[in-house]
Order: sequence, then C-alpha cells, then structure tokens
Amino acid sequence: MSSAKLVAESGKILDVASKDAPLTVRGLTVSYGNKPAVFSVDASIPAGSMTAIIGPNGAGKSTFLKGALGVVPSLSGEVRIFGKLFEDARDRVAYVPQRASVDWDFPARVIDVVLMGLYGSVGLFRLWRARHREQAMECLKRVGMADFADRQIGQLSGGQQQRVFLARALAQNAEFYLLDEPFAGVDAATERAIVSVLKELKSEGRTVVCVHHDLSTVAEYFDRVLLINVRRIAEGPVETTFTAENLQETYGGRLAATHIDELHLA
Amino acid sequence: MGFGDYFISALFLQAGYNSALVAIGAGLLGLSAGSAGAFIFLRKRALVSDAISHATLPGVGLAFIIMVAFGSDGRWLPGLILGSAISSAIGLLMVEWITRKTRLTEDAAIGAVLSVFFGFGIVLLTVIQTMSSGRQAGLENFLLGSTAGMLISEATTIAVAGAMAAGFVFLLRRPMTLVAFDPEYAATTGVNVRNIDLAMMGLALIVTVIGLKIVGLILIVALLIIPPVAARFWTNQVGKMIGIAAVIGGLSGYVGAVLSAAHAALPTGPIIVLVAFGFFMISALFSPLRGGLASALRHQRFQRRVHRRQGLLSLARREPIYDGLTIRILRRAGMIRADGVATARGRIAAEKAAHDEARWAMARRMLPDDSAIERYDGLTPIERMMTPDQIAEIDRMIHNAQTTQGAKA
Repeated sequence: MSSAKLVAESGKILDVASKDAPLTVRGLTVSYGNKPAVFSVDASIPAGSMTAIIGPNGAGKSTFLKGALGVVPSLSGEVRIFGKLFEDARDRVAYVPQRASVDWDFPARVIDVVLMGLYGSVGLFRLWRARHREQAMECLKRVGMADFADRQIGQLSGGQQQRVFLARALAQNAEFYLLDEPFAGVDAATERAIVSVLKELKSEGRTVVCVHHDLSTVAEYFDRVLLINVRRIAEGPVETTFTAENLQETYGGRLAATHIDELHLA
Repeated sequence: MGFGDYFISALFLQAGYNSALVAIGAGLLGLSAGSAGAFIFLRKRALVSDAISHATLPGVGLAFIIMVAFGSDGRWLPGLILGSAISSAIGLLMVEWITRKTRLTEDAAIGAVLSVFFGFGIVLLTVIQTMSSGRQAGLENFLLGSTAGMLISEATTIAVAGAMAAGFVFLLRRPMTLVAFDPEYAATTGVNVRNIDLAMMGLALIVTVIGLKIVGLILIVALLIIPPVAARFWTNQVGKMIGIAAVIGGLSGYVGAVLSAAHAALPTGPIIVLVAFGFFMISALFSPLRGGLASALRHQRFQRRVHRRQGLLSLARREPIYDGLTIRILRRAGMIRADGVATARGRIAAEKAAHDEARWAMARRMLPDDSAIERYDGLTPIERMMTPDQIAEIDRMIHNAQTTQGAKA
C-alpha cells in the first residue's frame, strides 16, 4: 500500500469538506535533530469543536501544536488556519503555552501578563488606557482571578499561573484556542474553572484544541480526539474514535489493559 | 583645590565645560546601558553581551592599522567605533551560528568566541605598539576606559548615541518584554523572535562600542547588567524596572566619570562600575520590596504571628505549650502568666482565634473555589477576607452542624 496515495486521498477529502476549518494540517513533519518528533501528521479540526490531542509522553503532542503554529520550524507539511496561512489569520488564534515554559520570577503582576494578550490590538507605541485595563480585568474575572490582579506572578500557585495564561488568551478574543496541557499539575478548583471557561468558549461557537493527558476526563470534557504517537493514529468524534483499540495502538504496551477497562469505552 | 572640592564642583558641572560634557556623556551612556541591559538580563543573555564586548578589540586594532595605512591619524574615534562594531557583530553572529548549527551550547560558543577574539585583539595591539605611529596611540585605554584628554566631539558623539539607544529601548519595550517573558507565545502573536533578539543584542553592541572610550570593553558588561539587577530589588513591574535601571546606570556613569576626572590617576571604567556596585549593595540590602533587610524583617514578623496563633489555639484547646518562642511571645503580649496559665485577656484572644479557625474550616468545605480560600495565609482574620454575608452563612452552617451533632449525642 503506498502511503503517498493515502495522503492524497485524505488531502482530497480535506479540500472538499473543510475549506475554512480552523485548522487543517497535511503531512506535518517536525524533527529535533534528525529524529522526527512528529511524522507526516494529517489533521482537520472542525469549527466549534472541542478536541483533545492524546498520546503518550514524548509522542509529539506539544510539538504538533507548536509546529502547526510555526513556533518550531517544520521539515515539511502544509498548515492552514481558517483556510489561510497562519501569518494571515494570526489575530483569530490564541495559544496557551505550557506554564512551565516561562520563568515566573519575571517582574510582572498578574494584570501585566493579561495585558500582553492586548499587545496585538494596542500596537507598539500607544499607551494603556482604562479601557484596556477593564478588558483585562474582565478576562481575569472569567477565570476567577480578579482578586489577584496586582499580585506578583511569582507568588501564584501552579493552577493560578495556568488560569492567568488562559486569561491572557481570552484577552485576545480569538475564534480558535490552542492550549498545551492546560490541566497538567493543577488543583481541582483550577480544573473546574478552566473547563467551564472552555465550554463557554465552545458555546459561543469558538473552537478549542487541548493537548491532554488525563484519559479519564476525555469523554467528559471533549467531543473530538486526535490520537498521536509521532504519527497520527486516529482522529474523530469521541464516541467512535476514543476506543480501546485505538488507545492500545496509540500507547502500545505502555497502557495497561486494566487502565483501558476502567475508562468504560465502547 | 583639593579632591573633595573639585569633586563637589564637578558634580554640579562647575569644573569646566569639558569635564561637564564628559560627565553628561557618561551619564547618557549609563542610561542607555541600564535600560538596554534590563532586557538582556531578563532574557538571561548577560554572557552574550560579554562576548560582544570582548569581540570589539580586533576591530579597534584593525581600524587603527587601516586608518594609519591610509595616512590619517589612527585615533579618530568614529573610525575606531565603526571597526569595533563590525568585529563585535561578527562575534555575535558567530555565537548565534555555533549555537544554532552545532550541538554546542551557547555558553561554550560564548567562551570560544570571547577568548579567540580577545586574544586576536591583544596580538594586534602588540603589533601596533611596534609601529612607529602606534606608540602614542593609547589603544590600551579601550580596555578599561579613560576620559583623560577626551575631545568635546567624542563626548558629544557618545552622548547623542547613548540617548538614541535609550530611545530605541523605549520604542521596542513591548515586543522585547514579550520575548523576554514568553518567546513561544510571542511568536504566535506575530512577533519575530529572532529579529527582536538580534535588536536586543544590537542595542548591547551599540552601548558597548560607544562605551569603549569611557568604560572600556572589559567592564562594559557590568554597566549593562548591574543596574537592572539592582533595579529588580525595587519593583515587580518590568516598565518600572527599566526606568530604575536607566536611572541607576545614568547616575553611575555620571558620578563615576566625575570621580575619575577629579583624580587623574583613577581609571574611569572601574570607578563607574564600583559606583554601580554601590547602588547594587544599597538596593540588595535596603529595598523595602525585595531587599535583604526587609525580607528578613518580614519573615521574622510572620514567624512571630504563626507562633502567636499556634499558642492561642493551644490555649483554646487547653493543651500545654512547650515551644520557648511561643511562650515568650504570649508572655510579652500578656496572654499567659509566668506559670503558663492563660490570663483573662489570653482566654478572650484564644477563643477568638479558635472561632476564626472554625469559620475558616467551614469556609474551606463550603466555598472551596473562593479566591479568599486561595489567598488565605493561615493567619488573617476571616472578616478581612470575606464579606459579612458570606460569614453569616458560614456561622449558620457551623450552628447547624453543632445542633445536629448535639441531637446525635
């Protein structure tokens, strides 16, 4: 079986079905050195969906997200955001990086980090106005962090840091949100707050994609999954795609059969 | 006129037009160094700027040799600055290239570029010493800086370039802040991270080459890094930190230049750096925000409050207190007698503490997601962090729990 034919087939489907989908990826390959972290992955995220990207550690989930957004250079592949190149659709996209990717001792207050989400709309030279501050406060309220606006970010717990990052993305008022492990190492209160904000975004017709690692909450939080282990294993609605068989293929021997049984899958 | 008198008059620009201009030039150099250095410090690239400054030396030497070969005076400052800028730009690009294209880490690349360029520069200086026109060149002054015999045109060049560099920092403050804090996110919002990084290092390069004459290439990194490090003690906001770093850098340059001019034997660069270090020491010790003394005091006060609270809760539970510090604190506050028995005042305070503790315990169960629970430090009375309505509700729940417990019993 020629894999080239497969790519062509899926490519044809993408062209017809999802002209302006928030994200279409064809044959994305990203490598660190000469070892591909993501190899020839196709994906298509429909508008208004909530997708979990799932796979074992080191399977390239975060790299796929970064490659799609051009944060890390890709070796090959085509990425379209709302049918356009990312450069031309930037203001419709908000990215929430892993919170461990920054130094939280940076001299900034919570409100300053949220205001960073408004840099794009304020421009390089103009000064902050009361209106921008209000906008940022509104976003902090949505994640339950309004009382922390003037705190130094170094004094926040991990969950609070994650909510500040989400508030910064909310300030961008985007149509398409991509989050890298938003639930990693956060407390229960934060997880509830983030889930409710994400569901709000979905109910407003926006699209959400999360790199996710907790298999037990996939069905509760998301309506679609993208299973990745360097290559794309499967993609589709949770009911039909989040199956024991696909999980076994994604995780290989790394996922105990008992663990899969506990998920009560179809 | 003694050293002290001269210093005072120079400080207020009364010691002659020339030294006033040198002081102003050094001040503006420090201002640009402090503000540009703030971003280099936040991006954690202080060592790269050290490589840049050491890579200037071969450029200085080659520029001198070329200018002499064309029959002009080799000491013409703009020519030397241009030469040093070119060679340090090559050094910077080599560090970048080695880091990107080989498996070597940045610190190894910095070490290699810094030492090779500096070594080559020293060889060139030695060669120049043997040239007939080279003996009086005074190029070794570029190592540690000297304002002696500085021309007015040179001071003006430095002042104007310093002011321009500070202006660039102001213009680029937002993208540079974003890249320093979160480069991946910055990239998704359309900031060209590589260009901003190059602009940041380009500013360090400009500060370095215009600072050659005053501070010298060995110590310029100190003027880039000490002011922001000192400024960090005073504020948690990046904008204010840049401003404070600029002021500390400017004052260091100004005062240092005046000090060294007041005594011809004092080298300018080291004096400016020592003045900057003075500001650092003051900041590290005495800043009320992050300074050592204030932190120690805050920690001690917090420890005492914890002991007081624990002691009062023990009193409320009628448990004996063994901790010496707790006993001393309660004694001094008049809560217990010498034999450890609670006074009337102590009993009231203990009851209040126990009541507050019970309210917090109920609040944690009822409102686990409330931000007051997250912000609670274990000591602050609940009245100060929750609304009267919330507290009334908490009291009602405590009352209910007690009555059901009573009914069970």
